[in-house]
Amino acid sequence: MRRLLCVTIALLLLSTQIASIAATTEATANDIAALRAEISSLKADYATQIARLEARLNQAETALASQSAPPSGQVSSVVVMPTVGTAPQRTTNALNPDTSLVLIGTYAAHSIDPKRYAAPGFALADAAGPGVRGFSLGESELTLSANVDDKFFGAMTAALSVENGTTAISLEEAFVQTTALPYGLTFKGGRFFSRIGYLNEQHPHTDDFVDRPLPYRIFLNGNLGDDGAQLRWLAPLDRFVEFGAEAYRGDSFPAHGARGHGAGIYTLFAHTGDDLNDEWSYRVGGSYVHVAAAGRATGALPDIFDGTSELAIADVIFKWAPNGNPAERNLKLQAEYLRRWESGLFNSADYAGTQDGFYLQTVYQFQRRWQIGARYDRLFADNTGANIGGTVLDTRDHDPSRVSLLLEFDNSEFSRLRLQYNRDQSNRSTDHQLFLNYIYSLGAHGAHQF
Amino acid sequence: MTSIKKTLAALTICCAVITDVMAEVHIFACEPEWAALAKELVGDTAEVYSATTALQDPHQIQARPSLIAHARNADLMICSGAELETGWLPQVQRQAGNAKIQANGPGYFEASSVVPRLEVPATVDRSQGDVHAGGNPHIQTNPHNIALVAAALSARLSQIDPAHAAQYHSRYEDFQQRWQAAIVRWEQALGLVRGKAVVTHHKYWVYLLTWLDLHEVATLEPKPGVPANVAHLAEVLALVKQQPVLAILRTPYDPPQPSAWLAERTNLSAVVLPGTVGGLPGTDDLFGLFDQTVKILLQLSNGTSS
Repeated sequence: MRRLLCVTIALLLLSTQIASIAATTEATANDIAALRAEISSLKADYATQIARLEARLNQAETALASQSAPPSGQVSSVVVMPTVGTAPQRTTNALNPDTSLVLIGTYAAHSIDPKRYAAPGFALADAAGPGVRGFSLGESELTLSANVDDKFFGAMTAALSVENGTTAISLEEAFVQTTALPYGLTFKGGRFFSRIGYLNEQHPHTDDFVDRPLPYRIFLNGNLGDDGAQLRWLAPLDRFVEFGAEAYRGDSFPAHGARGHGAGIYTLFAHTGDDLNDEWSYRVGGSYVHVAAAGRATGALPDIFDGTSELAIADVIFKWAPNGNPAERNLKLQAEYLRRWESGLFNSADYAGTQDGFYLQTVYQFQRRWQIGARYDRLFADNTGANIGGTVLDTRDHDPSRVSLLLEFDNSEFSRLRLQYNRDQSNRSTDHQLFLNYIYSLGAHGAHQF
Repeated sequence: MTSIKKTLAALTICCAVITDVMAEVHIFACEPEWAALAKELVGDTAEVYSATTALQDPHQIQARPSLIAHARNADLMICSGAELETGWLPQVQRQAGNAKIQANGPGYFEASSVVPRLEVPATVDRSQGDVHAGGNPHIQTNPHNIALVAAALSARLSQIDPAHAAQYHSRYEDFQQRWQAAIVRWEQALGLVRGKAVVTHHKYWVYLLTWLDLHEVATLEPKPGVPANVAHLAEVLALVKQQPVLAILRTPYDPPQPSAWLAERTNLSAVVLPGTVGGLPGTDDLFGLFDQTVKILLQLSNGTSS
């Protein structure tokens, strides 16, 4: 086998020699062509023989592997590698987890002081506001992820931020997930972002816009993520159909107090999606969240809520790219509708509310590196209760809304620069907001979610 | 009562659909060339799905719901590897809930792991552009690589579906014989193309160039994956004017503007090679792919020498 290889290499060298001679002497071109043909057929003979030998070797190895395989009948994970010069795919740090670091920075201008932010009709948690004026770093995210073994995948994302002069580390996600359950099942446990809706599971740095849509900020304080467990089933069909259920501790907004013996949030979700043709694909879904809250505090005073909060979400996303190739041009159309029913005690008085929110957005990459986008958000609240007049739950006959426009330049997929304008009418007077924002991703190449 | 009957009927239909999906070996090919190779080797015993087409840049695919659904049902996943699919495949594997096709599973086959890879960098840094630590992943442009992959893939098919091993083996033997004969034909035809120089859009053709002793003068992308710009194109123009060049080559999915810019300022033709199966008319299988590629290169060679 090795001798065959040597002969082939010698022949290859010979043919390159001949090639250089051919360049200088045109007269002998025909002779050389004939020679080359002969050599080609010789080479081909050898190649066929080598390929045959390799196949035989592979089969011998396979036979050997299946002999030493566990008696369960499962084929062992021995990967058949032919002996031709193949360098190992990864050499150093092969067992270290994939590491990625996301650096985010923003300059924000607001015509109204963000500290005075309010959306009449809604009780706001700490991350519901529009951020701060001027330069700010926001959160820098560090993610480590890897397959734990043949049956589990694990990942952790820690966010570093500076709050009031002190550096804070918050654990955004730390979970393990199965990779080897049968019947299309996947189990996830730990702290992670819920799979409800469309945007919820995605990390904010992958969002198209600098800030989250109003319904996400106000109903979910950015997104729903907590300590819990998730079971997901993917149907064995050619079209994507998944069902899932989750249970969470429920110690933070929209829940509080870890009710239900430490299981204060339950969710159900279903998604389906497919390609409509070569250019369009879509995903739609519906989700339901049940939240029990005891002593949920919002605002500076604070306001206290005890009761149940239920949330339903309908999400839809369509994506288009010429020939299904998004590299040069592509279009995204995305919308979610959220409806929340809350009932219980607000500051110890009866309260019941039905609150709706939606956003519609589109982002168009009109040429490589450049994107433009537009978004419209709107909220409605219908709150009834004995003592809500004058509180944050009083709508003051105003429905919060916002219009956002985006221009993005990506030097590569790892460096994004964004300019965004918001006409924010969350409150009765209009706030004009301008953001200049960068997101740099270092390290392991994160796989894109649809 | 009728509602119970209806439910039962619905369940039966549902089960029938599910059993149908599970009936045969399902192959998920990341790129069309591996779908075509799988079809050569399996015949009718398997259903072959290609996740991408020749008109799509395999670096830039998204983990679309349809890909996840097909990965869910796959018994074997065939991908180029060498990090070509790193932007989307891990997401598909993680969401598919299918133990077989995980990176360490018997149903994951990486074609680049069985061929000698070119351009394996000594160091990797993103300032070099879209480089792959595993080397250049576009291995399918050299037919000898296809032969090597065919041998290893045939062995893997027998491993995951031992019941049809004999059939896979005989189909492989038959394919290899036809393939080696075709290689001889292509190499004879392309004798006069050897040693010529080309400009390429992306570092896509290195295996083709090595096979045919073609010399790459420059790429239109300043670095792999970085879009062409006028300053770099001007440098390429200066280089091209110093020496005879056969043509400017690109894949069907590369943007045409940079090639056109250079072609306008030289007498070179901007040429689309199929790159993979389905890239141009007449490239419905692997033989067609190389027949068309050879035909185009020959036309270019005849055009420049006359």
